[in-house]
This record gives sequence, C-alpha cells and structure tokens, in this order.
Amino acid sequence: MSFRATFATAVRVLNQLRRDPRTLALLLFVPVLLVFLLEQLFSDRRMVFQQIGGPLLGLFPLIAMFLVTSITMLRERVSGTLERLMALPLAKLDILAGYAIAFGLVAALQAILVSVVAFGLLGLDTQGPPWAVVLLAVSNAILGMSLGLFVSAFARTEFQAIQFMPAFILPQILLCGLFTQRSQMAGWMRGLSDALPFTYAYDALHRATQLGLFDGRFVLDLTVTIGVTVLALTLGASTLRRRTG
Amino acid sequence: MIDYRPMAASPSIVVDGLRVRRGGVVVLDDLSLSVASGRVTGLLGPSGSGKTTLMRVIVGVQIVEAGSITVLGEPAGTPSLRSKVGYMTQNPAVYGDLTVRENLRYFARILDAAPDNVDEVLEMVAMAPFGDRVVNRLSGGQKARVSLATALVGNPELLVLDEPTVGLDPVLRRDLWKAFNELADSGKTLLVSSHVMDEADHCHDLLLLREGKLVATGTPASVRQQSGKQDLDEAFLALINEEVA
Ligand SMILES: Nc1ncnc2c1ncn2[C@@H]1O[C@H](COP(=O)(O)OP(=O)(O)O)[C@@H](O)[C@H]1O
Ligand SMILES: [Mg+2]
Repeated sequence: MSFRATFATAVRVLNQLRRDPRTLALLLFVPVLLVFLLEQLFSDRRMVFQQIGGPLLGLFPLIAMFLVTSITMLRERVSGTLERLMALPLAKLDILAGYAIAFGLVAALQAILVSVVAFGLLGLDTQGPPWAVVLLAVSNAILGMSLGLFVSAFARTEFQAIQFMPAFILPQILLCGLFTQRSQMAGWMRGLSDALPFTYAYDALHRATQLGLFDGRFVLDLTVTIGVTVLALTLGASTLRRRTG
Repeated sequence: MIDYRPMAASPSIVVDGLRVRRGGVVVLDDLSLSVASGRVTGLLGPSGSGKTTLMRVIVGVQIVEAGSITVLGEPAGTPSLRSKVGYMTQNPAVYGDLTVRENLRYFARILDAAPDNVDEVLEMVAMAPFGDRVVNRLSGGQKARVSLATALVGNPELLVLDEPTVGLDPVLRRDLWKAFNELADSGKTLLVSSHVMDEADHCHDLLLLREGKLVATGTPASVRQQSGKQDLDEAFLALINEEVA
C-alpha cells in the first residue's frame, strides 16, 4: 500500500464528484430536505421528531454512500478503468482506502450540513453531543461504502446496482428498531434484526442521541459496525481481481 | 522501412508454450514468441485472432492456463513490472467525467512521475490544446489518444499498445507511428497491435496472428520474402493459405 496512490485515488474520486455538481448537490441537500419534511410532518408531535430525528441524521450518509459507491465501483468495472488500474503500481487497498477517504469526507460534509440545519434551525434536541452524531454518521457512511463496494461485484448493470438499495437497505431500515422497538418484534424478526448491521448502527445513534448513554452496549454497537465494515471491505477487496479470464 | 540496427541481445518479452482459455474456449494455444528490445514490433491479425488477449497476458491481467511469460527478465504480472510497462487498452480506459489533465495527473501520481511529464505526453499525442476538456466531450479518436497518453505517462521501458491508431485520420496516424519509432530510437520497446495490414510497414518486426496461432514472424521484408508477395495484405493471405494447404 502506498500513501501516494491512496491519496491520488481520493483526489480523483473527489474530482469526479466535483465534476458532477448535480450529484453533489443531491447528496448534500436531500437529507436537509428530508429532515425538514420530517419536522413539518410531526410539527404537532414534537416528541416523534425528537425521537427519530437524531438517529436519522446518522443513517442518511450510510444510504447515500451505499448507492454512490456501488454505482461508482460498477462503472469502474464496466468501463475498463478497473482493469487498467490493476496494471498499475496500485494496491487494491489503495483503491479502497482512496474511496473511503473521499466518501468519508463527503459524508462528513453531509452530516455536518444536516446537523447544523436540524440542531440549529429545526430545534432538534438530543441527549448526547451533536458531534457524536457527526462522528457516527461518518463511520456509518464508511459502513455504507463498504457494503456498496461489496454488492457492486454482484451487479452487471446500473439498474441492478440501484435495485440493491431496496433489496439490501430497506429491510434493514425496517428492522433496525427505528419504526418498531426491537423488544416488540416477533421472535424471528428480532433474530433477523440481530443479524443485520443497521441494527447496531442505529442502536449506537439511538444511545448517543436519545439516551446520552455511552455504555458497554454502545461500545458493542461500534465494534460490530467497524467489524462489519472491515469484513465487507475484505470481501469487497477479494472481488477486485488483478487477473481475470 | 530499412532498419540497420542489430537485434538487441536480450528480448524484452519471451513467451513460451502459452495457452489461454476464455469463456471455455482456447483462444491462444501453444504460442511461443519473442519481442526484441528497442524496436517496434507489430502484432497483426484479424479481429478475434487473440491480439488483445496476448497483450493482457503480457501486462499480467489475464488468467493463463499454461506457459511461461517473461517480461523485462521477470515473470509477467510481477508487481515491480507495473511501473515499467505502459498499457493502452483497446477501449479507452479513462474517466469520462474528468478532464484530460485530471486523468493524466491521476496516472502520473500513481506512477510517481514528474508533473511536467503530463504535458510531455499530451504533446506527444497532440492533445495539448484539449488538456482542460472533459473526456466525455471528446471525439472517439481524441479519447483514444488520451488513453494512449496514460500508457506513456511515467516513461515506461516497454509499451504495450492495443490498436492505438484505429479510427484516427491518416496525418495523425503517420505522426503517431513517427513518435513510436522515435521512442524505439531512444531505447524503448514497443508492442503495437493492429488489424490493418497497411500499418505493418511502420514496424521493425512483425508477429502475424491468426486464430490464436502465429502465422509468420520477421521483418516486413522477410515476411514479403516468405510469402512471395509485395503487398502485405496479400502476403498475409498467402501465408494463411500455405498453413491451410
Ligand atoms: N471476455 C471474454 N470472454 C470470453 N471470450 C472472449 C473474451 N474476450 C475475447 N474473447 C474471445 O477471445 C478470442 C480472442 O479475442 P481478442 O484477444 O479480443 O482478439 P483481438 O484482440 O485480436 O480482436 C475471440 O474469439 C473472442 O471472442
Ligand atoms: Mg482486440
């Protein structure tokens, strides 16, 4: 692995985003719009907004980065640039780390922007400090990136890659505890929920924002999130083949 | 072209007993050849004859079933070769959403080439006026030249160029061949593929490939002599018929 190649890749990915201002604008402003809608929707039930607002801030980047990464990596595979990179003095880890740095930065921007609006303008109030939301948002973004990278190997077209979002992400959002408390789920659903990474990402956010509780369970949540990220990155790296048939 | 220089002592590429299977079909079978250093070797053959596959083997991105491939004294695919071998893929492998210069800078950073090098290679492929143009806004031929420029970045010892002159106008084609010859004069080794026989006369040596097998090798003059034909197109046909007969 080389710092130079990693950095070059991060700059390249950021340049690609910069050259696509519409995507960048969507990435940065859609979460803001959604949080605003949420606040309006529950304007007479502030409790609900306070409850799900915080965790939601930290989940937006996960979803966005999942999509952006799976499409970008798919394009890299299909357009032949990945094959070209494999003939260069560049480790697979350089590509992955370059992506992680670039998308991590965008995720941080996204999280900061939506946090400023939510905490500053919309009166969102959480138990934990706002920066904890931003930090968790970035770590979730990298989780989303790793998952997107991994699933991109199973898509042949951009249509397929986009369909991974409802197939892969939506069930996790439904089961993570955001809509129904996990203790109220039927046994099998609870079991499934236990096995899904979103559950831990959400629980960490819930603890940080609602309970202000950085306890043992919080540490477990973080450990699982990071563990799954590393696993998905490793599996993703194994789908980047230097030699193909 | 008359070439007075002696053959270099040790060839840049030695292939021995190469067999490659793609999609279940043997596309290169028991192929043995060598490519002399400091010369322009033309890899000629009709479309589907295995030119791209052979080049992929040489740059180490193709899964090989059998045979030994030595490039600059080391087995093909050795990591240290990746900064010594420049590869231009048949379909332009560049980032369409970046500018020409952003693309080249990325390759230059990975290869640790001097920033000036980007302007040098742009000059060489006559793309200097388009440095700040986004690649997607270029014509097919211009895109191909950007892709060629990525192979030239970092001053590699060996250049493997897959149909670099296809789709270019005659003046540009002539200029590129001149540049290839100048590179060889300065000690570089070039392996250049084409499916157009007319290009053969720009090369010092020829490898004529048909259905994954070598039909003839040697200088253009010796290929003419072997076949008894002056026109290289006819020479190629005559040599194939000889094989069949
Ligand atoms: N990705 C692939 N999968 C399976 N077969 C392939 C693939 N690419 C090329 N081939 C086959 O390999 C043979 C050689 O192709 P190629 O090396 O691209 O020839 P050329 O470059 O001379 O046109 C052809 O029969 C082609 O159909
Ligand atoms: Mg080809």
